[in-house]
Amino acid sequence: MSEFNVVGKREPMLDAWEKATGKAKYTDDLSLPGMLFGKILRSPLPHAKILKVDLTEALKVPGVKDAISGRDIPKRKYGIVPKAKDEYALAIEKVRYIGDEVAAVVATSPEAAEEAISRIKVEYEELPAVFDPLEAMKPGAPIIHEEVPDNVSATIRKEFGNVAKAFKDSDFIFEDHFETQPVNHCPMEPQAALAMVDHFGKVTLWSSTQIPFFLRRNLATTLDLPESKVRIIKPKVGGGFGQKIDLYAKDFCAAFFAMRTGRPVKFVYDREEVFTCTRQRHPMYIYLKTGVKKDGTILAQQFRVIADGGAYNSTAPLMITLACFFIMLPYRIENLLFEGYHVYTNKPVGGAMRGHGIPQVRFAVETQLDIIAEKIGIDPLELRLKNAFQAGEPHPAKLLVQSCGFSETLKKAAEAIGWREKRGKLPFGRGVGLAGASFPSGVSNMSHISSGAIVKIERDGSVTLLTGAADIGQGAETVISQIVAEELGVRIEDIRITAADTEITPLDPGTFGSGVTLRAGNAARMAARAAKEKLLEAIAEKMEVSPGELEMKNRRIFLRENPDRGFSFEEAIKIYQYSDRPMPIIGRGSYFPPAKEPTTLLHEDGNFSPAYSFMTQAAEVEVDPKTGRVRVLKMVTAHDCGKAINPMLVEGQLEGSVVGGMGQALYENIIMEKGQVLNPNFLDYGIPTAMEIPSIESIEVETNDPEGPFGAKESGEGTQLSPAPAIVNAIYDAIGVRFKTLPVTPDKVLEALEKRER
Amino acid sequence: MKRILKLNVNGEDLEILVEGHKTLLEVLREDLGLTGTKRGCDLGTCGACTVLVDGRPWLSCLTLAVAVEKKKITTIEGLAQNGKLHPLQNAFIEKGAIQCGFCTPGMILTAKAFLEENPHPSEEEVKRAISGNLCRCTGYVKIVEAILSASGRESRGE
Ligand code: FES
Ligand code: FES
Repeated sequence: MSEFNVVGKREPMLDAWEKATGKAKYTDDLSLPGMLFGKILRSPLPHAKILKVDLTEALKVPGVKDAISGRDIPKRKYGIVPKAKDEYALAIEKVRYIGDEVAAVVATSPEAAEEAISRIKVEYEELPAVFDPLEAMKPGAPIIHEEVPDNVSATIRKEFGNVAKAFKDSDFIFEDHFETQPVNHCPMEPQAALAMVDHFGKVTLWSSTQIPFFLRRNLATTLDLPESKVRIIKPKVGGGFGQKIDLYAKDFCAAFFAMRTGRPVKFVYDREEVFTCTRQRHPMYIYLKTGVKKDGTILAQQFRVIADGGAYNSTAPLMITLACFFIMLPYRIENLLFEGYHVYTNKPVGGAMRGHGIPQVRFAVETQLDIIAEKIGIDPLELRLKNAFQAGEPHPAKLLVQSCGFSETLKKAAEAIGWREKRGKLPFGRGVGLAGASFPSGVSNMSHISSGAIVKIERDGSVTLLTGAADIGQGAETVISQIVAEELGVRIEDIRITAADTEITPLDPGTFGSGVTLRAGNAARMAARAAKEKLLEAIAEKMEVSPGELEMKNRRIFLRENPDRGFSFEEAIKIYQYSDRPMPIIGRGSYFPPAKEPTTLLHEDGNFSPAYSFMTQAAEVEVDPKTGRVRVLKMVTAHDCGKAINPMLVEGQLEGSVVGGMGQALYENIIMEKGQVLNPNFLDYGIPTAMEIPSIESIEVETNDPEGPFGAKESGEGTQLSPAPAIVNAIYDAIGVRFKTLPVTPDKVLEALEKRER
Repeated sequence: MKRILKLNVNGEDLEILVEGHKTLLEVLREDLGLTGTKRGCDLGTCGACTVLVDGRPWLSCLTLAVAVEKKKITTIEGLAQNGKLHPLQNAFIEKGAIQCGFCTPGMILTAKAFLEENPHPSEEEVKRAISGNLCRCTGYVKIVEAILSASGRESRGE
């Protein structure tokens, strides 16, 4: 059917074979001769001054080669958002949460390092701590960072339209409060780093990272080295979901100790460290006010969002801005006021996680839409369709939406879940619900957004592709190879890809904001085109035609009008070579998305992502009134991802994202008491196992985005926005109880049912 | 205290000198270089470290190496025979059941032991069999599909 040969095919991942046979190498699988093993000492207190760190006894442990505390490192702060840097690789003056890094050692065995850590003596002066952002915002609350006396480290306010007037014109006004919980990403591979220093003093770091070039920047900063002295190589990465965006102490320590000892050094986090000392989804308090007309038209929305950031910023300003921007889609909101606060507390640190700030507000909006629908007597599906944004419509905040399949995702998801037959019609304990969302295909981050690629056509007819894109298991390398193969008219197996090595591959912003396919895909396509043009020029000369008359497909170059006239790919390369043109045939591409950095748009209107994806999730649930257990029977996810470059991988993204979203709706919650995480392991935290998964139907609604490579948009993150509200809305349909706090655990269900009976 | 350990790994008899407290996971990864066996939690809660001991799935992070002396240990590296992938490996590749791949070795080995016992399982049975193996990427859908499809293939003797 398709005009494409490689794009649109269900190609297995290029590295699936390696992964299926145990040959794939992740950071912890690498070792170097003479390698030392590191371990980090962490704070047992939520907030304290560090008075003294005594390393003497630690250094006496046999096998220990070196030990450092915060006082030994360059006093250079780092952070993902340049203007929000607030973290040292090891705590220097004080610790701000339980788990904050205080000291580190390296030894010839992990056991010796462990032993040494237990012998480090730290004197603290305990400070009053604060664990709730509402408390932390009050005057007189303990100050966590001296530079931020009110603990509010990022604030945004965005208003457009005339909100006050729109509320006045509304027939109904709804006001609700929502709360979401901290969630851990739980990549199956714990964070790890391995560093080596060569005799020129250049540091090479293998790291489980999603964003090698940004890690280079941050690592160079913290080591106080020029960027050219730092090389980051990303081996296989066992999942990230946002948690492998930040630099961690393990990266710094591996590199710093390698510099100090001259030996290779490895740091690997244990699962408890992954749970408590990396990043988590920001818990939020959300106040939402919405004004609607009798017919269901949304006139205005007002938000007040307070995000619990934990002890440091990480992505703070970006996260809170994204939360705001994705209120503006997928519905038409002409009047909006958004106030957001990122607040420090003495708790584990919030960071980017699949959906990045948006699932929380989406939960609020989509839950409230159902409340509105019920109150004004409109079907929730109709209410959403009525307010759904359409492609090409002028956007009130000037977002540029060139393709939008939102309405279609709503209709298809509703149909697949059996909306008409089931909504409000199932027996008590069974129900259906749905929720919509939109997500950017790539977020700009502070002049760090262009993506480069190099394509070389080799003498033997193979193609070498260099891309900075970071495959963390989502299949980026496969998708980008498909794009290049399609452009050059070769097979995917002709492509040899080298990716994510800051010394060899061109700059790329990394894997975040669901932008890899679009950004790195476009760059690779541009590079392929540039190489192709050179080849076509030589062939056109030989055939005495113009390059524009030629086509490259099925490993042939031929005359479009007369396909029999032409050459095989290999012959063409020979012709190029013998026409005394410079070898190798090389093309370069660099893609810069036509979009602004989000935080600049708080003060001006404009567009901030090259393309937007749209999606609807629908759920059918069964609630057991005796145990309070909610079972999701079916999830439908309809996703407008533009053109699916690889439908099998897109499905995989959707399915994984939906199940993650379900976990966050029903089970997952980092439970804390006075800043101490009480459930830092899989058993007590409980991500979904195969036993809980519903039947999942994923529907790809294909639109053709003019900006995306071959029309493609994102597929990875957006799907995690709305499973929770879809499930919560279905629970309401099942038992008539509305939950405004996540997760909806059995005790909450039982309590609510009891209350209702009384 | 170090001692000499006799292990049979992937059909090969080995003698190695190791500390008595070392887990099978550590010995496989660190002493034998078989890094296909993954460490996801080191607490017996994720299944990433699953290997086969006398054909049964075993959490190598909870097993002392000395405890499996003289038993037959199979790791993911030992599954393909003469360069020919096991049908489960093929099914995982073709069905898209592998994303980041970190859970894959444990998943495949668990599935192998399970299919040997139950060659024609239902979907529910497959889900139960792999419920101790966590995967954060796939949502399990394609993993279950792959196992079911491999079971079909095996029964047809492919
Ligand atoms: S590493 Fe053994 S079960 Fe997780
Ligand atoms: S494929 Fe990543 S954990 Fe299963």
